[in-house]
Amino acid sequence: MEQRDIVIVGGGPAGLAAAISAFEQGTTNICVLERDVQLGGILNQCIHNGFGLHTFKEELTGPEYALRYVKRAQELGIECRMGTMVLDVSPDRVVTAVNERQGVFSIQAGSVVLAMGCRERPRGALNIPGFRPAGVYTAGTAQRLVNIEGQMPGREVVILGSGDIGLIMARRMTLEGAHVACVAELMPYSGGLKRNIVQCLDDYGIPLLLSHTVTRVEGKRRVEAVWVAQVDESLRPIPGTERRYPCDTLLLSVGLLPENELSRGAGVELSPITRGPVVDEHLQTSVAGVFACGNVLHVHDLVDYVSQEAAAAGASAARYVQGSDDAREADKDVARIPVVAQDGVRYTVPSSISPDLMDDKLTVRFRVGNVYKDRFVSVYLGEERVSHRKKRVLAPGEMEEVVLKRADLCSRPGIDRIVVKLEEE
Amino acid sequence: MEAAYDVVVIGAGVSGCAVARELSRYDARVCVVEREEDVCCGTSKANSAIVHAGFDAQTGSLMAKLNVEGNELMWELAEDLDFKVRRCGSLVVCTDEQSRPGLDDLLARGKANGVPDLRIIERDELKEMEPNISDAAVCALWAPSAGIVDVFGLNIALAENAAQNGVEFVFNAEVSDVARQGDGTWLVKTSVRDLRTRCVVNAAGVYSDVIHNMVSDDKIQIIPRKGEYMLLDTTAGSHVSHTIFMLPTKMGKGILVSPTAHGNLLVGPTASDVEDPESTDTTVEGLAEVASKCALTVKDVPLREVITSFAGLRAHQPGHEFIIGEVEGAPGFVDCAAIESPGLTSCPAIGRMVADIVSSLLGLVDKPDGSWVAKRKGFVTLEGEPLDVWANLAKRDKAYGNVICRCRHVTEAQIVDAIHRPLGARSLDGVKRRVTAGMGRCQGGFCSPKVMEILERELGMEPEDVTKSGPGSELLVQEGGE
Repeated sequence: MEQRDIVIVGGGPAGLAAAISAFEQGTTNICVLERDVQLGGILNQCIHNGFGLHTFKEELTGPEYALRYVKRAQELGIECRMGTMVLDVSPDRVVTAVNERQGVFSIQAGSVVLAMGCRERPRGALNIPGFRPAGVYTAGTAQRLVNIEGQMPGREVVILGSGDIGLIMARRMTLEGAHVACVAELMPYSGGLKRNIVQCLDDYGIPLLLSHTVTRVEGKRRVEAVWVAQVDESLRPIPGTERRYPCDTLLLSVGLLPENELSRGAGVELSPITRGPVVDEHLQTSVAGVFACGNVLHVHDLVDYVSQEAAAAGASAARYVQGSDDAREADKDVARIPVVAQDGVRYTVPSSISPDLMDDKLTVRFRVGNVYKDRFVSVYLGEERVSHRKKRVLAPGEMEEVVLKRADLCSRPGIDRIVVKLEEE
Repeated sequence: MEAAYDVVVIGAGVSGCAVARELSRYDARVCVVEREEDVCCGTSKANSAIVHAGFDAQTGSLMAKLNVEGNELMWELAEDLDFKVRRCGSLVVCTDEQSRPGLDDLLARGKANGVPDLRIIERDELKEMEPNISDAAVCALWAPSAGIVDVFGLNIALAENAAQNGVEFVFNAEVSDVARQGDGTWLVKTSVRDLRTRCVVNAAGVYSDVIHNMVSDDKIQIIPRKGEYMLLDTTAGSHVSHTIFMLPTKMGKGILVSPTAHGNLLVGPTASDVEDPESTDTTVEGLAEVASKCALTVKDVPLREVITSFAGLRAHQPGHEFIIGEVEGAPGFVDCAAIESPGLTSCPAIGRMVADIVSSLLGLVDKPDGSWVAKRKGFVTLEGEPLDVWANLAKRDKAYGNVICRCRHVTEAQIVDAIHRPLGARSLDGVKRRVTAGMGRCQGGFCSPKVMEILERELGMEPEDVTKSGPGSELLVQEGGE
């Protein structure tokens, strides 16, 4: 069987950043397996700008951002197999995949980095009543049709959900000559970035209808109209508020789900909240030697954070294969402190930390469950508050982070938990 | 004018295709006309996909007889035609002691109907068989002969095999009139062309009343009965391992929870009579009913794993009985009407029964020895199969190495096969029903553009002409304006 120090599942922004980072840490026997025919993942269809402000201090389009990583991987000579679909990752890190050139093949990996990304929640997951005609697309599918295939999915559009792809596609469809009647959002707040609401809706006069949902799809063969209604506090449509929007297209941007079928097969423990793997300070999953990063771990708002996180995962994977068996065994028994998300914080990544193994500084990422104004993000080590930072606005659409210092943890032996929470004062 | 056909079958659902396949044994000119672009587009595509044991129907009814016979025939048919069935057995669950007599009645009726191996099991055994059964469950009627079937696979297999054996199919052909001619033949007018035939079989599902009433003064009435369902991801597919029915009450048969032949979990259906035979839309109330009632028999149904919901229409008639036979006053016109549940289970027996009627009416003779092909090779499935099966296929044909549908592991080779079969797929739904591309948890989000491209390439279509399910369901609009 083919042997590799590291096999990376997915050649999108996460997989590439992980590969480059691992290589730069000195582990060069790496193979990236990518199911698409080119590297870059979903960035290839994100032709709008706004990528890379943190990483490169400039505004790039999605393909431009991806290309920087693709070029770097090529410079380093990292092997990337495209058109290759991974079918199975075993708990002992045998990665089985299929492609046209090799057929079905397996690789024994020293460590595995899961970087499969996420998928869009489909219409069916929402139980929107009505017919099931042509013309109902997830925003990402429409984005692919328009930006990659050069095709037009419709002319008169209603968008349900104000996730970032939905907002971006509101603008994109408008620029392509379609009319976007409205973006309806079930929640009283948008699930997307503020800047996208301004640049993609406000600038084009597209109304954002908060606390609204689609209650019915009309049209047996092709969408003819959708009904949009206001919802009450328990998110139920309010009778009498329905309005019919004649249209030929309904785009959905109603949530992203990490694609963890392979992780599940490998026996990786998944979080019911993120639906991604439960990981430690090294982004290692519950299966030793298997790491995760990017949207397969938890859905990110900005690719810059994906790249940072993936670089950390790649470095951890390299460290894992460079270490001795004894060291790996010893790591398993090391004391861990759980990171607890409380009071508005939905989850944290990682969800446990070993002060002995962590780097000097560790970024803990999280999302909040509602829109909060003027709250403090607090970190408690045991009972003691060690960080208290005021944020003017916190919203579910934006990822937040706190940084933990190893010195702080090591100077407080015996703490039983690390709490990240929101506080009013 | 001489009739071009011996038999025209109206409707390419499971009934029409089962009849056509049985008729293909004879030396006869048979044509199936279908208003949709493909087989399996009406009642046949949206139902519970259960091979019923046969204890529901009234003893002595045609439904009871054909159900039990159909169940017996289904397994051999599946071997011959290579579609998916699984004999998982069914349980009718009784959730209060007062209702137990109802279960005893079902058992007695089942025995009278000739259903094999029926027995009532008590809570402990039930709990062992179905760990997720409701805490309220008292006992259940266990019917090991029941099963689940891939309805698309069954319908397509019947049609393909019929086509292999010379049956002609005309799609997108809506029947506007059926009239007896002076010479005793029939003229079937369709939106594609008119067909002259010696015999007509009315297998028009929810429209079988309309077709029947074109030729008979003894009118029948179909009241479409809507059933709404939710389909859950394969991750929920083993939540139960048998088909779980509620004990029928005066409120109806209730909501079932069942594994499917594709490995999903199905919950539904509702039952509400509707006027419009086109109203295959789901409703707020219907889906809410499915979501709440499934909990009556099964605990913790993971409804958040739902990937799609759909509604089907049963061809219900007030007498609740199949209408099969030559119509009085219309010699050569044979009804295969009002085929509602257990119509799917019964279809192998319905096919035989109707073909017998037609062949004796027309005096048909068998095809010459050896010229009728009984077997047909099914579509390749890779999902869930041992990987060496896939490896061997990929060695022979590299298109098996190109995964198009990532959720259900469908390769380019399988999609190309689906398109180039006899009666091949012409649309996204056609591909989906044949080889499951787009049937998975992302519901075609990733693979639709790729499948569209393959359809364009293989069929020489323009992108704008690719449809979801036939004319009117085009997926794209012309670039640059109306």
